Amino acid sequence: MLSKRVIVCLDVKNKKTTKGVKFAGNVDVGDPVEMGEQYYHDGADELVFYDITASAENRPIDIDMVRSVAQRVFIPFSVGGGLRTLEDMREVLLAGAEKVSVNSLAVKNPTVISEGARAFGRQCIVLGMDALRVEPTATIPSGYEVVVRGGRERTGLDAVAWAQRAEELGAGEICLNSIDADGTKSGYELTITSRVSSAVGIPVIASGGAGTPEHLREVLTEGRADAALIASMVHYGTYSIAQIKDHLASAGIRVRR
Amino acid sequence: MRESLAILDYGAGNLTSVAHAVRHLGCEPTITRDPDVVRAAERVIFPGVGAAGASMDNLRRFGLDRALRELQASGRPLLGICIGCQVALNGSEEDGGVDCLGLVPGDVKLFRFPAGITRKVPHMGWNEVAFTGNHPVFAGIPPASQFYFVHSYFPVPADDSVVRGTTTYGGVRFAAAMARDNLALVQFHAEKSGPPGLRLLRNFLDWKPQAA
Repeated sequence: MLSKRVIVCLDVKNKKTTKGVKFAGNVDVGDPVEMGEQYYHDGADELVFYDITASAENRPIDIDMVRSVAQRVFIPFSVGGGLRTLEDMREVLLAGAEKVSVNSLAVKNPTVISEGARAFGRQCIVLGMDALRVEPTATIPSGYEVVVRGGRERTGLDAVAWAQRAEELGAGEICLNSIDADGTKSGYELTITSRVSSAVGIPVIASGGAGTPEHLREVLTEGRADAALIASMVHYGTYSIAQIKDHLASAGIRVRR
Repeated sequence: MRESLAILDYGAGNLTSVAHAVRHLGCEPTITRDPDVVRAAERVIFPGVGAAGASMDNLRRFGLDRALRELQASGRPLLGICIGCQVALNGSEEDGGVDCLGLVPGDVKLFRFPAGITRKVPHMGWNEVAFTGNHPVFAGIPPASQFYFVHSYFPVPADDSVVRGTTTYGGVRFAAAMARDNLALVQFHAEKSGPPGLRLLRNFLDWKPQAA
């Protein structure tokens, strides 16, 4: 039986890991390569590195960092932020990342998903999406709209419809972040996670809002997520990965230990 | 002289991870698509992600299909990972049906689940491999160890005696690890499977298959 995955997200800015509250007021918490290696040894199932400033600063992601991680971490990791072309993706994958994550780039140019899937295989392409709760309308029937630029810009896309479209285009996985829950530590947004996960046949990683191990249990059961992304709850030492997995296992969820 | 390890680069995705993992174990690999380098290597890792059709096309284009058959006959150790494992069989259902290398009799089939069971495909993530027997490549791996899988198709060897480890997904039990003579084949990504994966790679680097 497949285990539910606990994935640690490292937001990287100026070669440091940061964790922001709703994408504002980031504080440095450490070296991403060292932190990644530590989480690998602590039992993380997967890592995600987001270069959160690369795309705003219109520069490519730090390839040396990707290579250093790949030399020391022997679990899958994905890389996002600042990827603009297939060549950018290729460079990251050749440096040793297992997957690339595209978010606003895919909204602007959805063919990047299909081209990436054709060139590197579906399993390499993660669609990252940020969903914001809105009043349901004819164009946003789910009541969750896709937003970009850290939530600053609305796209007019319905989150469920966009997830299905991304799957059709060839995304291998969806990382769904709730802008409403992100940074609150009050729990994942179960409603949209469950709706997206039920609407697609590819794995869904829940993101945004994790504060306690119980939050992961909720999203991996009621939220129907295949994996849960965590950041600050481990970055600041509030919980260890072992504690989180113990909690999940005691609730009958299969995890890797 | 140190034994040479070749890692096949046939345009089928990420072999960097395999190279990093064996370097971590103290072995400097040669990454190559030259069939003569493969012929000269003491041992070979045949990695790969992606689709069976494109992989076979590339293997034939570079002349690596023949080099791999010669390697099998030579008795030198070969480790196939993921697509490298699948194309070692006779054929795959992927891409409308693909003729493969036929190093091990059997086929590769798409996941189809028993009635009433729905599961996401690809089978992506960590799952347990139940190893059987005491093959040197799969020795010393703690029971119930989990490995990282990413695949939509799975190997179905014709002869059960090659099966060295099984995994179950959605009620489908499949051969996750196989071995025959000088070949070891794994459906999972040993190079991305943490300590048990590194142990398996270490075992492979130390493996001296008995002459067939």
